[in-house]
Amino acid sequence: MKSQISLQLNGDKVSAEVESRTLLVELIRQRLGKTGTHIGCDTSQCGACVVHMNGRSVKSCTLLAVQAQGADIVTIEGIAENGELHPMQQAFREHHGLQCGFCTPGMIMSALDLLKLHPDPDDREIREWLEGNLCRCTGYQNIVRSIKAGARAMRR
Amino acid sequence: MYEFNYHRPGTLEEAKKMLSASEDPKIIAGGMTLLPTMKFRLARPSDLIDLGNISKLHGIRDDGDSLFIAAMTIHAEVASNELVRAGIPALAELAGNIGDPQVRNRGTLGGSIANNDPAADYPAALLALDAVVQTDKRSIPSERFLSGMFETALQSDEIVTGVTFSRPKRAAYAKFPNPASRYAIAGVMVAEYADSVRVAVTGAAACAFRAAELEQALSSDFSAAALDGLEIDAGELNSDLHASPEYRAHLVILLAKRAVAAAGG
Repeated sequence: MKSQISLQLNGDKVSAEVESRTLLVELIRQRLGKTGTHIGCDTSQCGACVVHMNGRSVKSCTLLAVQAQGADIVTIEGIAENGELHPMQQAFREHHGLQCGFCTPGMIMSALDLLKLHPDPDDREIREWLEGNLCRCTGYQNIVRSIKAGARAMRR
Repeated sequence: MYEFNYHRPGTLEEAKKMLSASEDPKIIAGGMTLLPTMKFRLARPSDLIDLGNISKLHGIRDDGDSLFIAAMTIHAEVASNELVRAGIPALAELAGNIGDPQVRNRGTLGGSIANNDPAADYPAALLALDAVVQTDKRSIPSERFLSGMFETALQSDEIVTGVTFSRPKRAAYAKFPNPASRYAIAGVMVAEYADSVRVAVTGAAACAFRAAELEQALSSDFSAAALDGLEIDAGELNSDLHASPEYRAHLVILLAKRAVAAAGG
């Protein structure tokens, strides 16, 4: 079964014809060409595919594209403004919050959702929030540091 | 994933019609269990009926002695909602520790209890908080609703519309989560009411259950010390690579004590 869906992606109206079983992450990457959102485990565990849907962080490998009909989707490509990195991206860069970088888009999208609830999170809140985001390089120390720095920059 | 027909009805009545018109339909709520199951090809429904667009299935209401939470309310909403935090804070706390933030942003109360995973958190709340499950047809007391491993009293064409939780004097939930999945290796919720204490255990057996002995002990003395020396029979408990039945039996008593202490007992 194919259906025509339309949604907002990083502020732009987009539409596509998709099969019912097409995953949101497949739509975003393969059809709409935004490859910043990664597929890591494809089993809802690693969080590399985290995007925002109607303002909340979700794993786009565990959502059907058809479920995003009418939704407002923001991916990692949608957070920089006027050619300048978002403060959270800048913080990850400055504080070595990434090594291979594969998990980074998900980490950043997840962190931005945390800051909506806790604009000034402590280490424990950050670590608990990252339960659904796996990094196999950094040991998380610098990710936590980056998120704190990013949060500081965003409060300014 | 195998292909299927997708429907997004706007009303319960429409959803019912689609259910009866489909060959092998499945209802999808948050999809946090169903979609991974379909991706693994462990389920192959002919039709998915998505309840996400039915406004009647959203919302939280304070009914004085009880709280009504509609079926499609996501865990993150239960965790942060002011009515829940004020009325039954232990329930907000429980919901805020399900899975990870992204699961809590999609997973729903109705979906979780209809799936009745033996290691899910909500079944403990259903039993401890003397909950009644509301469907489009009837009201089902939680003890009858949760009928076995991944089994409920729901008929194939019945839809959960919400849950009514009785407001306790005090309550708390303590769980020992699997460090990877955050499912409960064991979880215990205790709730004190004017005339009784209810203790519900999840994660430890094929289905969540009430621990009568612990309830009795806490009814006369709501303190962690009242549970000293009590034992849970390991005979019926789960055994897997995470924990033996004996270890789970030990955890149940330990977590019950922690829950009582957290509730201020």
